[in-house]
Amino acid sequence: MEQFTFPVEAGHILLFARSVGDPNPIYHDEEQAGKSEVGGIIAPPTFVQAASQYDPDYHLRPRIGEPWFGSGRTPSGVSEPASGGGRLHAEQHFEYFRPLRPGDVLTVTSTPGKTWEKTGRRGGKLVFEEHVTEYRDAAGELVVRARGVGVRPEKPVEQEAN
Amino acid sequence: MALRSAEIAVGEVHEQVLVDDLTRTQIVQYAGASGDYNPLHTDDVYAREAAGYPGVFSHGMLVMGLTARAVTDWVGDGRLTRYGVRFKSQVWPGDRLTARVTVAGLRDDDGVGLVDLDVVTLNERGEEVIAGYATARVD
Repeated sequence: MEQFTFPVEAGHILLFARSVGDPNPIYHDEEQAGKSEVGGIIAPPTFVQAASQYDPDYHLRPRIGEPWFGSGRTPSGVSEPASGGGRLHAEQHFEYFRPLRPGDVLTVTSTPGKTWEKTGRRGGKLVFEEHVTEYRDAAGELVVRARGVGVRPEKPVEQEAN
Repeated sequence: MALRSAEIAVGEVHEQVLVDDLTRTQIVQYAGASGDYNPLHTDDVYAREAAGYPGVFSHGMLVMGLTARAVTDWVGDGRLTRYGVRFKSQVWPGDRLTARVTVAGLRDDDGVGLVDLDVVTLNERGEEVIAGYATARVD
């Protein structure tokens, strides 16, 4: 089980909403959001995914002073990049118990779930791995529960991540 | 301006263009905001020469995030109780994405009105890139 703290900040919500192309003022305009049914700024439905910014062990963020698998002088900074480019996302599910708001400090707990294998349409083996992540507020109340399924193909996939 | 169950018909469809021409810059924006810096999505040299793909492609979660807008624009803010998708096809720079949200049913859960939605996003070739569901509270 992995656990870390995710502080929900207004600036981060603004940047995230922009990045998913959503101009809804509920994500950035305190005045308009204050007059709405939810009474203030909230985060977009998939925002908890950005908690990875605060995950100390997140493997898809370069670490200062360590080799990174993206390109620099060579196409990859590591001698043996993962075949097929590593893990891809197969499914994502969220359950919402209340909206996230700036000022929330969430405790993020992730536990591994099932794993299973399938043969892809082009014959490669696909290994699926599930993770369940809970986001709880300072009072210990569950705010969001997420279930993600990742797939690790043996070779580059083309439309066969399922 | 929340939805009222009396105004919703099962089978009703809402379509929304999410993006007309997905740019590499938007994918970079999503990488920066989400923290998912996998170079498959932002580093064309890596994607082609090290990983063997035709080029960079979108995070699945960017497509799920873009699609959420079509749902929340219709059901209102802070009303979702669940939202989930399967990632079916890769999304590439230049793709045009359209979300199609269909009312699958209306129900009452202990006095709380809920609408169940089928949610799919299609590319310009009519292929489903994600397919899933959402449920929202209605008045």
